[in-house]
Amino acid sequence: MNSFSLADCTTVEAALSQLKNGAVVKAGGVDLLDRMKNGTDTPNRLVNIRNIRELRGIQSTPDGVTIGALTTLAEIADDPTIRAQYTILSDACGHAATPHIRNMATIGGNVLQELQCWYFRSAEFQCIRKGKEQCFAFSGLNQYHAIMDYGGCPSVAPSSSAVALLALNATIELTSAAKGKRKVAIQNFYVQPDANPHRFNVKADEELLTAIHIPKPAPGTRSAYQKYGEKESHDWAIADAGILLEMDGDICRRAVVTMGAASPVVRRSKEAEAVLTGKPITRDTARAAGKASMTGAMPLSMNGYKVQLFPIAIYRTILLAAGQMERDPSAAG
Amino acid sequence: MATHTPHSTLDALINVAGDTTDASMKTAKMPIGIPGFTLHEEERTVPASEPPVWPINKDLSYVGKPQERWDGRAKATGRARYTADVQLPGMLYARFVNSTVPHARVLSIDTSAAESYPGVKSVHVIEKLLGGAVLRDPTLEQNRYPIVRYVGQPIAAVAATTPQAAEDAAAKIKVKYETLPFVVDMDQAREKDSPQVFPGAADQAGTAGGGGSSASGVPQTGNVHGPAVHKQGDVEQGFKDADVIVDAHYTTQVQTHSALETHGVVADWKPDLLTVYASTQGTASVREELAAYFQLPMSKVRVITEFMGGGFGAKFGAGNPGVVAATLSRKAGAPVRLMLDRQEEHLSVGNRPSSDQRLRIGAKKDGTITAIQLISFGTAGCGTGAGCAGPASNLYKWATLHVEENDVFINAGPAAAFRAPGHPQGAFALEQSIDELAASLNMDLLDLRDRIDENPVRRVQRQIIRESAIWKSRNPRANADVGPIKRGIGLSQSVWYRHLAMDSAAEVRVHKDGSVEVLSAVQDIGSGIKTVLAQILAEQFGVPPAQVEVKIGDTNYPVGPNSGGSVTTASLTPAVRDAAWQAAQKFLASVAPALGVKASDLTLTDGMVRSASGKFQPIAFRSAAARMDTNQVSAQSRRIPDYDPRKYDTYGGVDVAEVAVDTETGRIHVKHVLAVHDCGRPMNPVAVISQINGGVIQGISYTLFEHRLLDPNYGIMVNSNLDKYKIAGSYEVPKIEVQLTESYIGQSSTDASGIGEAAGIISAGAAIANAFYNATGVRIRQMPMTPAVVLAALNQPKPQMEAL
Ligand SMILES: Cc1cc2nc3c(=O)[nH]c(=O)nc-3n(C[C@H](O)[C@H](O)[C@H](O)COP(=O)(O)OP(=O)(O)OC[C@H]3O[C@@H](n4cnc5c(N)ncnc54)[C@H](O)[C@@H]3O)c2cc1C
Ligand code: SF4
Repeated sequence: MNSFSLADCTTVEAALSQLKNGAVVKAGGVDLLDRMKNGTDTPNRLVNIRNIRELRGIQSTPDGVTIGALTTLAEIADDPTIRAQYTILSDACGHAATPHIRNMATIGGNVLQELQCWYFRSAEFQCIRKGKEQCFAFSGLNQYHAIMDYGGCPSVAPSSSAVALLALNATIELTSAAKGKRKVAIQNFYVQPDANPHRFNVKADEELLTAIHIPKPAPGTRSAYQKYGEKESHDWAIADAGILLEMDGDICRRAVVTMGAASPVVRRSKEAEAVLTGKPITRDTARAAGKASMTGAMPLSMNGYKVQLFPIAIYRTILLAAGQMERDPSAAG
Repeated sequence: MATHTPHSTLDALINVAGDTTDASMKTAKMPIGIPGFTLHEEERTVPASEPPVWPINKDLSYVGKPQERWDGRAKATGRARYTADVQLPGMLYARFVNSTVPHARVLSIDTSAAESYPGVKSVHVIEKLLGGAVLRDPTLEQNRYPIVRYVGQPIAAVAATTPQAAEDAAAKIKVKYETLPFVVDMDQAREKDSPQVFPGAADQAGTAGGGGSSASGVPQTGNVHGPAVHKQGDVEQGFKDADVIVDAHYTTQVQTHSALETHGVVADWKPDLLTVYASTQGTASVREELAAYFQLPMSKVRVITEFMGGGFGAKFGAGNPGVVAATLSRKAGAPVRLMLDRQEEHLSVGNRPSSDQRLRIGAKKDGTITAIQLISFGTAGCGTGAGCAGPASNLYKWATLHVEENDVFINAGPAAAFRAPGHPQGAFALEQSIDELAASLNMDLLDLRDRIDENPVRRVQRQIIRESAIWKSRNPRANADVGPIKRGIGLSQSVWYRHLAMDSAAEVRVHKDGSVEVLSAVQDIGSGIKTVLAQILAEQFGVPPAQVEVKIGDTNYPVGPNSGGSVTTASLTPAVRDAAWQAAQKFLASVAPALGVKASDLTLTDGMVRSASGKFQPIAFRSAAARMDTNQVSAQSRRIPDYDPRKYDTYGGVDVAEVAVDTETGRIHVKHVLAVHDCGRPMNPVAVISQINGGVIQGISYTLFEHRLLDPNYGIMVNSNLDKYKIAGSYEVPKIEVQLTESYIGQSSTDASGIGEAAGIISAGAAIANAFYNATGVRIRQMPMTPAVVLAALNQPKPQMEAL
């Protein structure tokens, strides 16, 4: 790791005033320090925001809930309101990483964490996402890589919470010293690699992610998230599914199906959603939705199994959300 | 005797020789066999100086009873000082500079910027590299610096006043490479036109602990070093005589040791003494290598290992970290700490070789094996040692055997001994094929093994399994469950060998205040030898083990065994018991005058000094000690040969695994393991169980997850960390039920054997694979069994199903 200086800030104002000349925000540090130890990131100044108390906590508002950027994944997973009304989010936060990491990791950092592609994480490989021309995954080892919508960079979206936030129509609040606050809908927050390979999201370097706002779900909403790794303890997703169902009696009025480990940016599957909309949730419709989710899948040389796995993840998570199936023991971690 | 052990190096390491100098012998009646099954008495002729025969465990006070770790509290509270905790005045911190390319000639190394970097005290460029195979004809490669054969090969090192300065300075060393063609895929390396890892034939001397190579003079074609051929009888005739032949192809991956504590040393070079604190499983091996490398008298090298955080076979000798740290220390005139980081640990200090095995077994209708043929290839990187014929050669009785083992060189770090070298790979194939054989003979899995397995201990172990609830719950029909999640139960047997390290000694001291201590250079690699030594003294002197002083892990003490090949407890404990017994006799002689009797009138049992003639009421050991005529008595003993070395030369072990296979997601959950194992007399049953728990978990981890992944285009390991190099975590640990078969073999004064290798790692893979078959009706012959591999296996059009 390179040497760096550290500014420890306790207010948003102080932190914002530090965010210049390449200074980098450190929240829980789980992702950032990993990249610094790998030698892929060498910031010369860190701004520690972990002690800014005003950015921590969950607040219910008349139109939904606002989560401070520094709220930990563990806090979100354990929050009674989130568990009851935003189950998909407590599922996602409660099954990301490990208990230790969830105590350290913040929701802001989770949403902003960078790709887990092993070429990207290795200082030896200079790829498209680091300003060079090449992607090493297509002809290299790609068993954990993307199967759809990848363009020139078949990495996968690493954030579990983002899979839930996309389904919940969340809004990201960004704050900078110069321009104050602005709000970005989550579906516009992440940047497709082909649109701009050098940016993962629309947050500017001098901006802090200060809060996440989630609108109140419509009555009759049920939701769930499940993540499948190769193993249950501290593993990355090889497939995951976020499901949100607005139920009208037995009929699904509106369905949202989201996926993380399929593509570089968290995505909705309109095809899967269309299968469910206007129909009762049954094993058959859930299976059909799972199958539809793979429309347009283009697996790489080593990840064909994901095309088999995602439909199962989606099918089982639909039934979990609908209360027709237990949480999958395969998705315990 | 084991007919074919691919670990001749192990025997060399642990010196099976050693003779009985004591002419006067006596006969002793010893318990033999397994209590509840086969226990009986046999007579042995033993040296007259040997202590009285111990009864079986239930009749002892401390030995054989579950005993809390002697140093458990120190470990749990953080008081234990591991190598990385050692802080010496003026200590420097070192970093390696490692190769970034898989195959190259190093043209030049510019260290000037590093030398002048603030805080840097010494820089060393490696000109002699340890580890890996070396060319038979060294003139084929002439270069000032070692040829780079893998990414991560150490090239130079820097020592500085802070870790940061060392890291920054190391980054300033400029290495100029002339890159050479490379290959990291074993199948590709076997092809005719593949890039060559070595320009000619290359061999590796066996490394301590059973790593490294097989027979010398093995042919080499391209990257293929082999075959090392072993034939007994006419195998073609054997197949002609067979009524049934099973023929299958199996593959296993490279696993890295991934001990929690990385390799490392603190070296303190002083003109009169080189002191090295090392994370090692052989203080003796480190001293030997350092003395030889630097041409120092052994008396001027001291090696200390107070606590150790795991080795699994990869930590013998000083290795590159040891000699480089010592060199940096000598140059700087200050102690130097050199601990590897996780990436270096994956790349440069050993791994378990892969395997690609074609196994054919021929048998008569009654199960009798007429022929076994195994052709194996495996890669130990730029080293050798990928043989895996141990199980096929030694587990069952066969009429003819034909084994060919090949090492395939690739541009990757050399392998090292790894818990039961070759055996997890070999058993993965053999024990699946034996199940297939049973099915094609329409025989029960246990009945067939009863027919072809002559080992008396495994026979009892199978009996225990036959009667176990888990085995009784097994549906012999494969693929019986409906629904996507299918349950299955399978078993596998294992075999390991009674290796001994004869150069094992200890000293026992009794002090006038009644305190007792034991001293030996042996290191506790985590298996709990400290506790066992305390138990032996407790048994002799009647004091609780916690009050025994155990001083080990220092070459200043009597020589100890290197801990590899399951030798430590079997080798050292008899020497300790003998020393304790002799110290007790000296102690009695020392108190006899004050007690007014002859020493021959006295005995020390259950912590009481007793007079045979009834001269006085029994006196507590401590009170008697106060009457010693000296401050301290002591006795030293070394291991004497086994009482009857022709007998009981292998260990058994049979494991049952219950799995739930999710046929839709391709996930395998191991739910329950029943591990039935023997290790002679279990000295500390909880420590034995702990070894087996560890072996089972490591075996599951290997079978389902672990995989060193090298990028084919750049030769770089892409998962050189502990999140994408996947190791079983707490969710992956099944219910593990251990049944110890106390198995007395009458071989020494403690009659202890070893457990580290046989402890589950050998059989986990095949037990899981056989359970997978039972669950799904599909054979899975490839490791690791990730969802990708499982789904691919399940998607295959199904061949005819085995019946059982
Ligand atoms: C073994 C392992 C398994 C894991 N498994 C999962 C998993 O299953 N699912 C999952 O979602 N994650 C997983 N993770 C990732 C982990 O959850 C994230 O690394 C963590 O959430 C990051 O949060 P942090 O607060 O530590 O962020 P940091 O590391 O502090 O920051 C991450 C990035 O965001 C920036 N940043 C952080 N907060 C702000 C802010 N408020 N404003 C502006 N910029 C900011 C930082 O500059 C940095 O670039 C895993 C990690 C490990 C090590
Ligand atoms: S997948 Fe993306 S991040 Fe990975 S090497 Fe290719 S371009 Fe880089």
